[in-house]
Amino acid sequence: MEDLRPFECDGLSVYRQLPMVVVLPETIEQAQAIMRLCHELKVPVVARGAGTGLSGGALPLADGVLLSLAKFKSILDIDPHNAMATVQPGVRNLAISEAAATYGLYYAPDPSSQIACTIGGNVAENSGGVHCLKYGLTVHNILQLKIVTAEGELLTIGSETLDSPGYDLLALMTGSEGMLGIIVEVTVKLLPRPQRAQVLLAAFDDVVKAGEAVGAIISAGIIPAGLEMMDRLAIQAAEDFAHAGYPRDAEAILLCELDGTNAEVSEYIMAARKILTASGATQVRTAVDEAERQLFWKGRKSAFPAVGRISPDYYCMDGTIPRRQLPLVLRRISEMSAEYGLPVANVFHAGDGNLHPLILFDANKEGELHRTEEFGRRILELCVEVGGTITGEHGVGMEKIDTMCVQFRSGELAQFHAIKAAFDPNGLLNPGKAVPMLHRCAELGAMHVHNGQLPHPELERF
Amino acid sequence: MNDHSAALQQQVMDAVQNASPLNITGGGSKHFLGHAREGQDIDVSGHRGIVEYDPRELVLTARSGTTLQEIEAVLAEAGQMLAFEPPHFGDGATLGGTIACGLSGPRRPFLGSARDFVLGCKLLNGRGEILGFGGQVMKNVAGYDVSRLMTGAHGTLGILLEVSLKVLPRPAASITVARECSPEEAIAGMSALLGKPLPVDGACYHGDRCYMRISGSEQAVREARTRIPGDVLPDAEKFWQELREHRLPFFHHRSHLYRIMMKPATPPLHIDGAWLLDWDGAQRWLYSDDDTESIRHRVELAGGHVTVFRGGNHGDTVFQPLSAPMLAIHQRLKASFDPNDIFNRNRMYANL
Repeated sequence: MEDLRPFECDGLSVYRQLPMVVVLPETIEQAQAIMRLCHELKVPVVARGAGTGLSGGALPLADGVLLSLAKFKSILDIDPHNAMATVQPGVRNLAISEAAATYGLYYAPDPSSQIACTIGGNVAENSGGVHCLKYGLTVHNILQLKIVTAEGELLTIGSETLDSPGYDLLALMTGSEGMLGIIVEVTVKLLPRPQRAQVLLAAFDDVVKAGEAVGAIISAGIIPAGLEMMDRLAIQAAEDFAHAGYPRDAEAILLCELDGTNAEVSEYIMAARKILTASGATQVRTAVDEAERQLFWKGRKSAFPAVGRISPDYYCMDGTIPRRQLPLVLRRISEMSAEYGLPVANVFHAGDGNLHPLILFDANKEGELHRTEEFGRRILELCVEVGGTITGEHGVGMEKIDTMCVQFRSGELAQFHAIKAAFDPNGLLNPGKAVPMLHRCAELGAMHVHNGQLPHPELERF
Repeated sequence: MNDHSAALQQQVMDAVQNASPLNITGGGSKHFLGHAREGQDIDVSGHRGIVEYDPRELVLTARSGTTLQEIEAVLAEAGQMLAFEPPHFGDGATLGGTIACGLSGPRRPFLGSARDFVLGCKLLNGRGEILGFGGQVMKNVAGYDVSRLMTGAHGTLGILLEVSLKVLPRPAASITVARECSPEEAIAGMSALLGKPLPVDGACYHGDRCYMRISGSEQAVREARTRIPGDVLPDAEKFWQELREHRLPFFHHRSHLYRIMMKPATPPLHIDGAWLLDWDGAQRWLYSDDDTESIRHRVELAGGHVTVFRGGNHGDTVFQPLSAPMLAIHQRLKASFDPNDIFNRNRMYANL
């Protein structure tokens, strides 16, 4: 039993469950044999990479097999001529870029867990990172997958060329959270390292001004490689932790990274400085050297652990909103924060509208976890209300299964189930995650009312 | 007035009731692509109009019957563009047809394909339901990525009603340089771009000349120009447009036009006919009188795949055949969207 303990949760540790059994195949044939056996015995299977996911997507099942891909950790091929790499799913995200560095190439998506998270998990979750606005998500950076189906069949999805015949199953598999197949090999696209990257730090006395500056930069035709925003509480926590040189008295800071050729970066830095100043920045600093650039980023990248230091627990949300809604959303979050008596630190991938409010709480205080979860749910509902989504990059998993009922109506959910059934007719792959059953939504009373009408008014609701 | 969803929905319900297949049409600019059309026409071209566009959000949402011309004009006013540079193949080309066919132009290997820029869609499935997937934001992992699945599905899964796309700023400056070289040199030169951080957004080889389009900020273009050999091409915009629209003299050939997808660094294939290499060498156009089977066989051996793009007789398989297990998954997926097999029957593959 103790051997199973390390597998009882993923990166979202409020959900814990020991699996019936953990299997660690070493070859594709073994993985196929396991799937064939589970298919025959009708035993559910949950695939697991490094287990760093933040939505409980890899949470085991008490009556299920946990299929760990930890032993699939070889880089099979790096092809610099065609700028691609073929790797096993258990290879860490960062290890791909490290291996490709010899050729001046790298793998672009960089989730904050990139030291530990694996590429198979990245594909299953369609992971993002801080450079998505310019370089896209996982779905934009992979070419081919090999998957083992629920029946144990080995299929190649996508191809080594830029597109492949038939439906775009590569897009469908990406972000499917282990519901459609087990990923056993991944071919990724590699990009040339930009000649130069430079970062600007701008401070604001008002978050609304910072939000407007983001729109102004983009309207000027500049696509930053990274564009991150932090609010006052996040700035202070990060500064105390990382000593990144952030202005502690600012209401918001923006980190704006520009990359490309030398000349291009110089030109855009000048332009971005002007825009930031015109947008009311109280100060704008350009990192003087690579060390300071790294330091500016260190503050941002350590925002989560930094917040972890000022609060016994924190709960990280992951909604995306149209950028123009930022002032409204921040105001409503701050009102709810007062209502629940729980502080919130906001970090925001401002370039692509992906908001990570961190709710600070203490799980040892009676009822506080429950209040936190409710608060979090309301933030996600707000994201949907303003035209956004309940998850930008962390996935639905177990965590947001109920919130899915807010974002989608029964028609869409039924279509999702039909898609799953096309791949996994017996529902053995990661059952109970990612897409809620219709009756679950109905029971929650959260059915989306569209134009004052419930979908399928002929059905009884409880 | 331009929202025809209700009428289209009714037509689909009627078709389901009468078990009569539908052939989805828009501007009619891509009728040549795919197998023979079956069933009664359902015209989406009247369902038009830009629903939402805010340049600061880099997102545009339009009904599927909106013409590409209209969309591109509105984007150009704000200094933006569809970065996948879709071919129109006719004045009436619509957004819906473009996404359904999943076609992209010369920028594709550098900035991404049609599906890469699709953020969300509203569709009408074969049960007559109007469903919405994805959205208007760039990061969204709630639910399966149905919007991208619809891209390139040739209308076999449903009727696109509305599409949201990510758009990008137009480059401030752009020049094209051309130089004479052999196909081998061109392929080496083009695929070398994959490893170099240069602001190139077009690379093709045509008529013994290799063309590279350099785009970006004024400074970036000036600087990159010194590192890419060749003479500056006058009237470059026209060249790339004619390449994209298949209007270069090369495309006046009379035989079958094959679209051949390869890994970009693959050396020239020795198949008789006239070749034009685009997409950095990844997309190769071939006019050949050889039979499709033998071309396909040779391309497959080299790791690629073949579409009979124009002029295929309808007995040929237009698209590269799928393996039996892949076809089975396609059929089950098709049935999950269109259980009565109403939409664009057999358009991509027989029995799909």
